[in-house]
Amino acid sequence: MTQLLSGGSATDPTKAEPGPAGQRLGIAGVAARLFVSVGALPILLVIALVVFSSLSPAFFTVENLQTGLRQYSFVAIVVLAQFVVLVAGGFDLSVGAITALVSVASATAMADRLAAGSSPSTAILVGVLVGLLTGVGAGAVNALGVGLLHINPFIMTLATASVFTGVALKVTGGLPVSGLPPEFSDLFGYSAWWGIATPVWIAAGAALSLWALLRWTTPGRSIYAVGSNPHAARLSGISPGRTMALAYVTSGLLVSVGALLLTARLQTGEANIGADLPLQTIAAAVIGGVSLRGGSGNVLNAVLGAIFIGVVTNGMNLARIESYYEMIVLGVVLAVAVVADRLRSRLAASLLKGNT
Amino acid sequence: MSRNESVLEMSGITKKYPGVVALDSVDFDLRPGETHVLFGENGAGKSTLISIMSGASAAGSGTMRVDGVEVVLHGVADARKCGVSAVFQEFSLAETLSVAENLVLGEQPSRLGIVNRAAAEKLARARLAEFGFDIRLDAVVASLTRAEQQMVEIAKAYRADLKVLILDEPTASLNDSECGQLYAVVDDLKTRGVGIVYVTHRMSEIERLADRITVLRDGRYVTTVDGSTPADELIRLMTGRQMEQIYPALPTAGVVPVLSAVGLTTQDQAVREASFEVRSGEIVGFAGLMGSGKSHAARACAGIERLESGSIQLDGQEIAGSSIAKCLSKRVVYLPPDRKVEGLLLNRPLRESVSLPWLRHLSTWRLFVGRRRERAVVADLLRKMKLSPPNPERSAESYSGGNQQKALLSRALMADCSALILDEPTVGVDVGARVAIYQRITEMAEEGAAVLLVSSDLPEVLHLCHRVYVFSQGRITAHLEGGAIEEEQILQHMMHWDDKESKV
Repeated sequence: MTQLLSGGSATDPTKAEPGPAGQRLGIAGVAARLFVSVGALPILLVIALVVFSSLSPAFFTVENLQTGLRQYSFVAIVVLAQFVVLVAGGFDLSVGAITALVSVASATAMADRLAAGSSPSTAILVGVLVGLLTGVGAGAVNALGVGLLHINPFIMTLATASVFTGVALKVTGGLPVSGLPPEFSDLFGYSAWWGIATPVWIAAGAALSLWALLRWTTPGRSIYAVGSNPHAARLSGISPGRTMALAYVTSGLLVSVGALLLTARLQTGEANIGADLPLQTIAAAVIGGVSLRGGSGNVLNAVLGAIFIGVVTNGMNLARIESYYEMIVLGVVLAVAVVADRLRSRLAASLLKGNT
Repeated sequence: MSRNESVLEMSGITKKYPGVVALDSVDFDLRPGETHVLFGENGAGKSTLISIMSGASAAGSGTMRVDGVEVVLHGVADARKCGVSAVFQEFSLAETLSVAENLVLGEQPSRLGIVNRAAAEKLARARLAEFGFDIRLDAVVASLTRAEQQMVEIAKAYRADLKVLILDEPTASLNDSECGQLYAVVDDLKTRGVGIVYVTHRMSEIERLADRITVLRDGRYVTTVDGSTPADELIRLMTGRQMEQIYPALPTAGVVPVLSAVGLTTQDQAVREASFEVRSGEIVGFAGLMGSGKSHAARACAGIERLESGSIQLDGQEIAGSSIAKCLSKRVVYLPPDRKVEGLLLNRPLRESVSLPWLRHLSTWRLFVGRRRERAVVADLLRKMKLSPPNPERSAESYSGGNQQKALLSRALMADCSALILDEPTVGVDVGARVAIYQRITEMAEEGAAVLLVSSDLPEVLHLCHRVYVFSQGRITAHLEGGAIEEEQILQHMMHWDDKESKV
């Protein structure tokens, strides 16, 4: 690339000045502006919808929409969990392991209560409480490591992922935990209010609560501040460590909600679930436009990213594409989304240049 | 005479960035064996000019000649081939590698991709020996002092065919004896016929080193003068204004001490046994070189540094050992020197950077942020500060240095602060914004705040302070008041080197 022109060659350096991109307004210019203003995700989403509708007539139906929403609500909630940690400037590879741990713990508690003669409603109440506490506890372990002992988030959550999975497998011996009250599945897996499945309501509630927390409260603002610049946050009297810890505990709580929904749908407690959740959730958040550098993105970005992942997974299932391909597609889309995002900020800069 | 022939000649150099003209048809020439100082305020275009010279960025238009031959540089490697090397403030060393590895980086003697270690070490040793630097070849760069790293950097830049060496504020983070070592290297290079482009703000350094001085202002070439030009003349050329036009009249200081420290020693020993006080309505300057402890002493007052001993009182109440949050709640506000590193939430709306320390105070039950009130208060403050563009919802990183500093200052204005501690408030700030910032600082003093101004900018200390404490090696070496605040006095005490101390 580097080239040395010497000897008084008559090059005109002014020619090297790139013309302002904003003034070339053709189809390409309009497309560029659209891309800059909405990002890659809506475009990818439209492509996915068109492709899958043409591949399978069952894809674009109300029925599929309902089952799809019901099935992927839990993933969406785990995406929210990943998102809150990403905003604080960390990330969480243990969301899958926490899901498994919560599933096993809550199922064991419920089966145990039921076997001990409790009523199904008591068993469910105990199970849900145990599940939520397990999630919060697991989040607190991450919080302690990353927030207070300042262990690198990657290492810490990689380590806890291994520990949590190990615990879940040890407790169950690798076997599904059965004997749950059927009412649990009916209530959290398959019931509906006003025609909309309960898991969807719960996911929407989780998204709204997180949105309110991040937007309207001081801890929420602290999470953005620490993710954006921990040094500046510290000088403004905010403890980066404690804020990061809060993000991990919130994340653990959200994961446990998602894990309870999944357990209800599966009707058993499983130690083998959630292995692909770290990749799925980080992919969803990044595709949705959440920056890995921390401090940016909003709940809507995360939700849209989750919807995209859901559409791709569901569409490929219906089109009877082998699930191995699903992994390939997901990986490729993740890489493409990151490149597209960089392209977008560069395009945005050049459009800005053209305007001045 | 060959000495008058230019080794480097730049003419009509123009560089535009979106919305700003960084350089407007600037001329510059350099003779072999001379030290040519580039002088100008932050934002005057010095950095842009040297980055073009060194091939790090391309000029929009204009020509550059090395030894009379026109060159077009497409990168730093090109410049080096022409015999032009630069040592920037941010070093280009690989911190985790050894000195030897760094010295031969990119040109290791090798065969079939396998490095000939013996030959590499010999080459590295020769490069260090060139200037008689006493640095261990196997030392890891991260373990060296700034001065040693700089020497490695210079040794790396030096080639037998070196014609031009660009030094960008090389003494910014060096202590006095280290500065002396650097000056010796500069003298040595001059006798070898190397032309040196030297960027500095320090008057003492200009006096010591400069053969000629080129002054830039607002991206334009002002003039080139002889190295013996007096300091006040240089400042007039640099700012284009008389001092009075930049610095507002000082308000009358009160007599009640607001902030006072006695026998302050920080845990890292950056400050030792420092005692000072700031009265209400008073602007007190902390002068000193980088690493003299002036900034640490100021930070200690805001709860940022850990203390070993000493007492700090605010309005008669002990605040030593208080947390940053506690100090903020007592309205002790500290504005950091590096806005990007410690001040701003770069990728967030500028509004959030302004309100950050006061979020709890803007909230109901310390929990729910009053967003409407926040927006209104911040927008109002930034309007008064004449922020441009006047939109607090734009991301902080999209603003210029001056506007970013205005935003930080608004942070202090947001609360009725009792003590305002400013650490290098005008680094990277253009003259226009500087005048506005000085105006605000004096206004806050007038309203009764105790203002502590930490600054490496000597004119600022000379003209904006009621009293000045001079720091050297962690101790206060002088306390100057009124008419005694003179440049020479300050410089002398800044360079104060206590021999007894270094033996302890």
